Amino acid sequence: MTARPRTIVACFLLGASAFLLLCLEITIGDFPLTVPEVAAGLFGSGDPAALLVINEIRLPRALVGLLIGIAFGVGGLLFQALARNPLASPDVIGVTDGANTFAVATLLAGAGTGLGMSTMAVLGGFTVSAIVVGLSWKQGTTGIRIVLVGIGMAALCGSITDYLLLKSGAFQAQQAVVWLTGSLSGRTWGSVPALAVAVALLVPAALALGKWLAGLELGEDTARGLGVPVQGARLAIMAVGVGLVSFATAAAGPVAFVALLAPQIARRLVHPSVPPLMTSGLVGAVVVLAADLVARTLLSSGELPVGVVTGVVGAPVLLWLLARSFR
Amino acid sequence: MTWGSALTSRRIGLLLALAGLAACALLSIMVGSRWLGVGAVLDALLHPAGDQTEAIVWGLRVPRTGFGLAVGAALGMAGALMQGLTRNPLADPGLLGVSAGASLAVVLATGFLGVTSLSGYIWFAFAGAAVAAVVVFLLAARGVGGATPTKLALAGAGVTAMIGSLTTSVLLADAATLDRYRFWSVGALSGQDPATLLQVLPFLAVGALLAAMISPGMNALSLGEDAARGLGQRIGLIRVAGVVAITLLAGAGVAVCGPIAFVGLVVPHLARAICGPDHRWVLAYSAVLAPALLLAADVLGRLVAHPDELHVGIVVAALGAPFFIAFVRRSRVAEL
Repeated sequence: MTARPRTIVACFLLGASAFLLLCLEITIGDFPLTVPEVAAGLFGSGDPAALLVINEIRLPRALVGLLIGIAFGVGGLLFQALARNPLASPDVIGVTDGANTFAVATLLAGAGTGLGMSTMAVLGGFTVSAIVVGLSWKQGTTGIRIVLVGIGMAALCGSITDYLLLKSGAFQAQQAVVWLTGSLSGRTWGSVPALAVAVALLVPAALALGKWLAGLELGEDTARGLGVPVQGARLAIMAVGVGLVSFATAAAGPVAFVALLAPQIARRLVHPSVPPLMTSGLVGAVVVLAADLVARTLLSSGELPVGVVTGVVGAPVLLWLLARSFR
Repeated sequence: MTWGSALTSRRIGLLLALAGLAACALLSIMVGSRWLGVGAVLDALLHPAGDQTEAIVWGLRVPRTGFGLAVGAALGMAGALMQGLTRNPLADPGLLGVSAGASLAVVLATGFLGVTSLSGYIWFAFAGAAVAAVVVFLLAARGVGGATPTKLALAGAGVTAMIGSLTTSVLLADAATLDRYRFWSVGALSGQDPATLLQVLPFLAVGALLAAMISPGMNALSLGEDAARGLGQRIGLIRVAGVVAITLLAGAGVAVCGPIAFVGLVVPHLARAICGPDHRWVLAYSAVLAPALLLAADVLGRLVAHPDELHVGIVVAALGAPFFIAFVRRSRVAEL
């Protein structure tokens, strides 16, 4: 399958936008920097003080933003194409809720917001997804059964999270809610490696699965006719999607609606005949970085968590998608 | 079975259900961090002596039980109405965004307008519940086939996610509201001012009355819209009255005890299994079985974590989510 010119141009422009936003993201802070200085600094030239600020302090946060954007964009598209439904985002079908419950439990057990919490978030995403697939399995499974069982599990996990918040102290509850909104604030190099490895392994895996995904999107019977091993393909796609979403959630919290929005924007940009995985990932990166820029510059007094911006922007889009998808 | 004997057995069944409800209510007064015997409870109820037992019974457990009865009946009837009006077995105020809408409205009222009393924010809960219910139904009713179960569940989940994210945004901005919200959002029967029960009772009564009035019409509606019209039912009127009743019942329930999911989903199914598809009976059974379930869950929450307690919202979710999933597994849900 060769990429069409329109897709190539879109990916190039989106990549350039993402790089520009990354540089803009790094210019923000007490130490004044310009975009050219940042761009030069990223390639290793410039004065030592600027290099220190760029590489040690600001680059990790921007990189986490870039990587979770890609992960949510690609992961979200995998789920939507799998269920053949634009609403089947990990926010709705329990992956995110599972990660949330495990992460909040770890936070409240006194493990802080560090590595332990991230590990537990990944574990939670996988555990709950495995339960959802297991419970929706009846001589194989269907996309819509996964979605409906996922909605039930999401409700259960949500109520457990509510209960955990209730049992915690006021300070911890505040910390947990910031995490639950999704925030890039205070990310250091410590958050990057696991996420980077996950993206480096799982995005190519997703691209490799693209052919099966395109087949499944045409319906189960057509896919079987095209030689796609339907149940195995579903499990593989689900596993890669859960991995991407869980690692991204572990790094920055469940940034609302990126997984839902990015694939929709990508489809409208390139009008693809196959699921536009690369485009969706790059759109995700642009959305997260742009939203974080808004979140950091909107208030003069301080910064908002990035999830607030994606949530407020994403909510009306979700409503519009709902209205359209039933037409 | 002849019609007459079916009627009799339904009546006997309802009496049995009422007896079960009374037993749950009695248990709810007996069980707690300090256990009371049946004799002690009846004694304190009938001959208040001004001692410590009386303080526990009248001050704590009777109001709590009263909330369970009122809110349970409201959620059960709201669920029965939603399932009947939409002819959709997955309808529930918690799953279809009604509770989330009420939650957001309450959070906005307490956070931005400084409304802290129930009599103030109950109006916001009603408005939020109504807007969310109408939006979900309008969205799901679009397109081919009308409001099918799958479309309703998806529209409800989508709107709930959207409202939830807005609610979180407000909570982040305001630590004091968050502190109040997390105690309310989990869904609890305890720790409420008994006076609030009296404030919501009129709303619940009007909602229940409306529900009873439209239930014969819902029977006709279950034959299909054309058949109902042919039988002389005014479909528009039934639907509007139904949405008003759902809003009053679910809105008041959520305003008092927080969003409690799954009660409205599970109970009408139990009711239909016992009494058959007649909406009048389903409504009556739901109004009795739902508070019994809620009180039983509340008592269970006190037992499993004794001497601490689990809030009723989480116990109900733990019982209700498996039911929902089992239902999805059993039924043939069509692709969109």
